[in-house]
Amino acid sequence: MTEASKREIMIATIAELLRGVRHVAVGAASPIPAAGAMLRRALAEEEATPPVRLSILGSVAHNFFTNGSVELFDCAGQGRIDAFFLSGGQIDGQGNVNLVGVGDYPNGKVRWPGSFGSSYLYFVVPRVILFREEHSPRIFVEKVDFISAPGASPEGVYRPGGPSALLTGLGLFDFESSRPGFTLRSVHPGHSLEEIRAATGFSFAHEPQPPLTQAPTPETLALLRGRVLDELAETYPGFAAELAAEITTTGGD
Amino acid sequence: MSRPPPSTRDQLAQAATFFQSGMSLALPVDYAGVSMALTWPLLASGTKDFDLVCVPTGGLQADILIGAGRVRSIETSAMTLGEAGGAPCFNRAVREGSIVIRDATCPAIHAGLQAAQRGAPFTAMRGLLGTDVLAQRNDWRVIDNPFSDAPDPVVLIPAIRPDLALFHCPLGDRQGNVWIGRRRELATMAYAARRSLVTVERLVDDLFATEETAAGTLPALYVDQVIEVPQGARPYGLWGVYGGDLPALKRYAAEARTPEGFAAWLEEAQAEAAGIRGGAP
Repeated sequence: MTEASKREIMIATIAELLRGVRHVAVGAASPIPAAGAMLRRALAEEEATPPVRLSILGSVAHNFFTNGSVELFDCAGQGRIDAFFLSGGQIDGQGNVNLVGVGDYPNGKVRWPGSFGSSYLYFVVPRVILFREEHSPRIFVEKVDFISAPGASPEGVYRPGGPSALLTGLGLFDFESSRPGFTLRSVHPGHSLEEIRAATGFSFAHEPQPPLTQAPTPETLALLRGRVLDELAETYPGFAAELAAEITTTGGD
Repeated sequence: MSRPPPSTRDQLAQAATFFQSGMSLALPVDYAGVSMALTWPLLASGTKDFDLVCVPTGGLQADILIGAGRVRSIETSAMTLGEAGGAPCFNRAVREGSIVIRDATCPAIHAGLQAAQRGAPFTAMRGLLGTDVLAQRNDWRVIDNPFSDAPDPVVLIPAIRPDLALFHCPLGDRQGNVWIGRRRELATMAYAARRSLVTVERLVDDLFATEETAAGTLPALYVDQVIEVPQGARPYGLWGVYGGDLPALKRYAAEARTPEGFAAWLEEAQAEAAGIRGGAP
């Protein structure tokens, strides 16, 4: 079997971050988080741990909601969703997420689609994983221009949820809400601490020599390349085909 | 099955009686059942100054109305063409400051409509504290939860009561009932709105004839008119019936990047709608 590609390492990392969840929801247009969640479900079966429920928005086969698009939020508000994924046009060192735009609101120079459900889900889902494959100072800024969803809240604000980790194409960070701030947990193979520093607009804690992000075991990789890829093809046919093509060529980049 | 006495063409033309300048319009999210077919008579009516409520996000239909200069304000959690990218006319209007934007978050829009559905003046919701979404909304309030012993700030969202809800779904019947299946946000829109105008793929005799269809049926009580328009969501898809036309959405995204490109696209789309459906452009 060829070595794990960078995307496969990210998918396997997400599956690791989801260990122990009962119900994970994945938003629209999120193929890597969806693959990670499917891998967690498959691993839970292999490991004979409690089953993992998946709600993938935009999927027919992996979405069991029957009460319209409000059900995801109602479900999350009651604590019935353990993990969710958020991305951002900007993410800052305090875990604030901006999905609205760059510059002075409302007529700034760049407008993104909008906050979607982030201003709510970030508060009520215990394990929110921030995911953005592109890792650049344009995205990871000192301070966001608009807070769609804040990384931490003052005492007295109802906040059972929030960010737990940040995964990018370069590395994996943990979030500490007490500071609040990020700590680099590991660097993906082929990258370095210096590279991450240069690509990140905010300061973060780290060990002098952070470890490499763990590659999946051959068993996990086999599960990912088999069952998970098949499941993924229903919702993300284009992405599944790309991933399959990667496997048969270099196995990495 | 015989067609209903007035033709689709006549009915779409008559739909103009529902449209008034200055009305608020509730439009569903792209995957829930967008009545693209009603976009053309709405434009043809010449009405304008709409306040859009996107439930809970907006796409092609809202973007066309903005591009055509018919929108005064928009309340939405996002504006996007999905895989086809950003909403070009919306982005342009925001940059130019030509529309008022009320940025929201999905559950706040659902909550506001649900308050209206219950006839309540407002509802409370978690989250939002410390966001610029809340900071920019002078119509939302923060109060201390009166049922809590400890300080507990919560956000109040006023009822959203649109003047008119527009959507498309698979089935309607001769009594004016429509079948929405599990797309319950369509029911919420209709409950909350003063009037609802619905297009359907197909008219059947009686949706209450079996429990299977009765369960997912929105009764005629909330529906002011049903018009049979096959393929009425195109180029969007309709859940369980047909898929979306991504190349068409991409084409729109590319052409509407400039006002001139949008105008050309619109002219062609209106001509096509007139040709297929026989409606006046």
